[in-house]
Amino acid sequence: MPVVDLSLTPRRELNRQLHALTPDTNETLWRVENPAGQHALAVGVDAPVTVEIAGHVGYYCAGMNQRATVVVDGNAGVGVAENMMSGLVHVKGDASQSAGATAHGGLLIIDGNASARCGISMKGINIVVKGSIGPMSAFMAQSGVLVVLGDAGDALGDSIYEARLYVRGDVKSLGADCVERALGDDERTELRDLLNAAGLNGEVDVEDFKYYGSGRSLYNFHVDNAAAY
Amino acid sequence: MCGIVGLFMKDRALEPKLGELLDGMLRVMTDRGPDSAGFAVYGEGRPGWIKLTVRGPNLAGLAKGLSQALGVDISGVSRDTHLVLSVPADQEGDARGWLAAHRPDVAVIGAGQRIELYKEVGLPAEVSERFGLSGMSGTHGVGHTRMATESAVTTAGAHPFSTGADQCLVHNGSLSNHRSLRRRLEPHGIAFATDNDSEVAAGYLSWKLREGAGLAQALEDSLSDLDGFFTFVVGTESGFAVLRDPISCKPAVMAETDRYVAFGSEYRALVGLPDIGAARVFEPEPARVYAWERA
Repeated sequence: MPVVDLSLTPRRELNRQLHALTPDTNETLWRVENPAGQHALAVGVDAPVTVEIAGHVGYYCAGMNQRATVVVDGNAGVGVAENMMSGLVHVKGDASQSAGATAHGGLLIIDGNASARCGISMKGINIVVKGSIGPMSAFMAQSGVLVVLGDAGDALGDSIYEARLYVRGDVKSLGADCVERALGDDERTELRDLLNAAGLNGEVDVEDFKYYGSGRSLYNFHVDNAAAY
Repeated sequence: MCGIVGLFMKDRALEPKLGELLDGMLRVMTDRGPDSAGFAVYGEGRPGWIKLTVRGPNLAGLAKGLSQALGVDISGVSRDTHLVLSVPADQEGDARGWLAAHRPDVAVIGAGQRIELYKEVGLPAEVSERFGLSGMSGTHGVGHTRMATESAVTTAGAHPFSTGADQCLVHNGSLSNHRSLRRRLEPHGIAFATDNDSEVAAGYLSWKLREGAGLAQALEDSLSDLDGFFTFVVGTESGFAVLRDPISCKPAVMAETDRYVAFGSEYRALVGLPDIGAARVFEPEPARVYAWERA
């Protein structure tokens, strides 16, 4: 197992080694030590490997990830897993702002809390936050699923498109055009599958969640609103 | 973009290490602000005396000239372009008057029983070395690395800003209503030395504190009076506080242990602190005041 100590090896060397991996590599488990909050760790990995990072990371960790599993044994800074395409990113501590921003696919699991703008402009990623999320989360979220076991801050899902949001705790306020909907069988199945994928098999009851999505009232221009522009 | 750092010691045994730790934090924030840097340190105070931090050229004979004018022995500790004068508190007005009349080329950038304030244009490491930050001790301190957006890259535009006794503020962000707020504050006798938006925020807090608000209340009030992006770290003689704007536009990370409270724009700045692995690391919430007072 390759072990990269970032107190000895520059970050760019780590990323270079990870970028050089081919899909059939035998080096499938990597360990990164002493991250010390550095930015852009394990960004742009495109191989079915697991990268375990032992400590807190800075901005954009595992950004643009494809196929890899990146585990952060600590907190993550701004934009963890931003623009992820596929794979799994697991933060064992808290995540800062814009977790999973604009990401197209894959699963992001945050064991702690995520701060403001979690899932902003998400485009297909699934996000499971075991704690709470901050204000302005899922802003303009286009597709994908955000599951929150704790509470959500102000303006959840403002100007949301077709992403689906499940929150177990309190929602401080909903953003423009984000509405609560009835939990149907399709949603129950989707939610149960994601909770299972996040390792919460049977621990959480899907009936405890509320389901939010787009009211679709902002999709088309209404001439009555012309004076507002 | 700017970088800010702050450190507030709970454990007196750490006070001799304040400068050394703050120096390390400031250097890490060079990426966020390479054009100028500054810091304020709350060190030893002498009852009945205040420290005036002055900045300018030809500081060598200044303490002597002021001593003769005031008829009292005034000591000056020189650090590069700055000089810290110890003046009897009841003669502060006379000292400022003499400086304004006889040394218009120097600026008083900080005043108070314990505060010393230093700032210059240049890389944070160079600024820190010029003033010998790593050798300073104190109860708390704040630092700033600047990437200018709202006004020119000058020493006067560097942070921290001090607009009241033993008060200072560092700011990451930009304010959009600073001109109008300034016009509100000036009739109340709050004076400004620069055109900088952050100085107006400092002046606003000084005004609130002067009117009897506590530090936490002054910051609470600023949420309705300031318009713009901000993360502030504020120091007073006995207090240390943090506030972010309601949409948390600018980054902030804090760490707290039994021995200290630390602030950094990024976690990287906190990595070198003692026992950081055991600290409670958290992101301060938007529009929530975090304040600590020395016992």
